[in-house]
Amino acid sequence: MRMRIYIFLVALLFSVNADSAPHGDQLYVTHCSSCHGLDGMGGVGVPIALTSFLNSVSNEFLKKTIRHGRPGRIMPAFAYLSDAQLVAIVKYIRSWSDKPAPVEDTTTIVGDRKRGQQLFTKYCIRCHGEDGRGGQGTGVTLSRKRDLPIIAPALNNPGFLAAASDVMIRDTIMLGREGTPMTSMLVAGLSEEDINDIVSYIRSWQKSSIESIQMDRHARQEPPVIVMDSPYGLDETVENLKQAIIDQNFTLIRVDYLEHGLVEEGKENKKQVVVHFCNFDFLFHALAIDPRVGMFLPCRVTIIEKDGKVQLSTINPKRLSKLFNNQELDQACDEMYGVYSKLLEDATL
Amino acid sequence: MKSLIQPVIAVILLSMTMPLLANDLLMVRTSQTFPEAMLALQTSIKEHGYNITRVQRIDVGLTGKGYKTDKYRVVFVGKPEEIKYLVDKYPVLAAFMPPQISIFAEEEDTVLITANPSIYADMIDDEKDKVIFRRWESDVYSVFDDLRNAAAE
Ligand code: HEC
Ligand code: HEC
Repeated sequence: MRMRIYIFLVALLFSVNADSAPHGDQLYVTHCSSCHGLDGMGGVGVPIALTSFLNSVSNEFLKKTIRHGRPGRIMPAFAYLSDAQLVAIVKYIRSWSDKPAPVEDTTTIVGDRKRGQQLFTKYCIRCHGEDGRGGQGTGVTLSRKRDLPIIAPALNNPGFLAAASDVMIRDTIMLGREGTPMTSMLVAGLSEEDINDIVSYIRSWQKSSIESIQMDRHARQEPPVIVMDSPYGLDETVENLKQAIIDQNFTLIRVDYLEHGLVEEGKENKKQVVVHFCNFDFLFHALAIDPRVGMFLPCRVTIIEKDGKVQLSTINPKRLSKLFNNQELDQACDEMYGVYSKLLEDATL
Repeated sequence: MKSLIQPVIAVILLSMTMPLLANDLLMVRTSQTFPEAMLALQTSIKEHGYNITRVQRIDVGLTGKGYKTDKYRVVFVGKPEEIKYLVDKYPVLAAFMPPQISIFAEEEDTVLITANPSIYADMIDDEKDKVIFRRWESDVYSVFDDLRNAAAE
C-alpha cells in the first residue's frame, strides 16, 4: 500500500514536471523582454543578442547574471526562478548565436592593481565612470534619443563581479564587443600585461559579493507612507496644501475626490481628497533616469477626514525607490522625500 | 494515509498555478503600437471587472511645458467596493489607491508597468484582506497575458 502511494506520488511529480518543463522562449518573453526587447536588442536593458557578446560569455556567466541581477542598476535578481528555468532561458538566449558557448575558465589572473588603476583612469573612466560605477542611465532607449550609444555597464557591481570570471573580463577588454561602444583595447594599443593589470584592479572592487547583494535586499525597511496629522479642518488643510505646493514652485494639476471615477459623479466620499501636482522639470528628469517611475506620478497627497481627525499622507519615495533597483533614482527619491515632508509640514503648520 | 495524499496533491497543484515569488514591479512589453496597446489594455481591464477611474496624460503635460517625450500615460484602476473598503480600513493604503498602471512607447513597442499588488499586502496584517491583493496580482498577470496575445494575433 505504502509503495503504491509512493509510486503514485512520484508519477504525479513526473507528470507535473513533464507538463511544466520550462520553455525558455516563454520565460524570456515573460521575465526579460520587457527590458531587453523581444529580440534581445535592448530597451530599458542593454542588448544581449549581439553575437560579439554571446560569443564571449559562458552559460555560467549568463545564469549567474540572471540569478544575482545587478543591484542598483535596474537588472533585477531572479532569485525565484528555478535552476531548470535558468537553463531554459540561457538556452533560448543562446539560440541567437550559431557558435557554441565558450566554456567558463575560472583561472585567476594576476596583475599589478596600482598600474591597473592608472590605466583604468586613462582608458575606461570616460565611459565606465569613477570606480567603475557605470555610465549614467542604463540600456539603450528609454526616453533617450534612439541613436545614442549603449550606456556602459557598472563594473564595480556586485552582481557583475559575482558572475564574471577574470578570463571573461580579460577577453571582453581584449576583444571588445562589436556593435557597441566597447572596442578592443588590444587594437587601442594596450598590451596583454596592461589588460591583466586592469583585470586585477576591477577584481579589487569585489567585496564578499553575496553579502553585498543580500544587504541590498534588507534596505526596504522604510515605512511605505509619510503621514501627518492636521490640526485644521479638511477644507482648510486642502487650501494650505495648495498654497504650499505653489510656494514650492510646483504646478497644481487638480484636486479631486479619491473615489473619482469609481462611483457616480456627486456620490463620492467628500472626506477623501487627493491633490495632484507636478514639477515638470523634475518629472522630465526622473523619467529620463527611469521611465518606470511614471507609475507613481504625478505627485499626489491624499487628505482624509475620519472621526473628526484630518490626516495627510503620501507615498514614501524612499520606500518606492527600492522597488526600482536603480541607485540613480535613489538620489531623486531622497530629494522627493524632502519635498513631500516639507509640503506636509507646511500644510499642517 | 489517504488523508495525507490529498493535502500533498493540493499543495502540488497550487504550486503549479501560483508564481511563488515575483518581482516588485510587473512589466510587459508588446509589439503593438501605443494606441493599439492602450485600447487592448482598456478592454482587458474592463473585462476583468475593474473601472478605469482616470487616464493621466503625462506626455501632454510635458510637451506643454516644452519637453520632448514619447507617449506616456498613467491609467488608474480599481473596483469601487474594494477601494472603498481598503481605504476605510487601512489609512496606510490611501496614498496608493486607486492603483496605477503606466504605459509608454519604446520605439515600435509599448511597455506597461505596475507595482506588484503584493507590496500592498505587505503593508497590512489581516490575512483575509491580503487575498484581495493576491487576486489583483493574478488579474494583472491575466491582463498582461491578454496584451501579449493581442500582439500575437
Ligand atoms: C527591469 C529591467 C530588466 C529586466 C526585467 C531584465 N534585465 Fe537584464 N539588464 C537590465 C539592465 C539595465 C542591464 C545593464 C546593467 C548595467 O548597465 O549596469 C542588464 C544586464 C543584463 C545582462 C548582462 C549583459 C552584459 O553585457 O553583461 C544579462 C545577461 C541580462 N541582463 C539578462 C537578462 C535576462 C535573461 C533577463 C530575464 C530573466 C533579464 N535580464 C531581465 C535590465 C533588465
Ligand atoms: C567608449 C566607451 C567605452 C570605453 C572607453 C570602455 N568601455 Fe567597456 N563597455 C562599454 C559599453 C557600452 C559596454 C557594454 C557593451 C554591451 O552592450 O555588450 C562595455 C562593456 C564592458 C565590459 C563587460 C561588462 C558586462 O556587463 O558584461 C567590460 C568588462 C568592460 N567594458 C571593460 C572596459 C575596460 C576595462 C575599459 C578600459 C580599458 C573599457 N571597458 C572602456 C563602453 C566602453
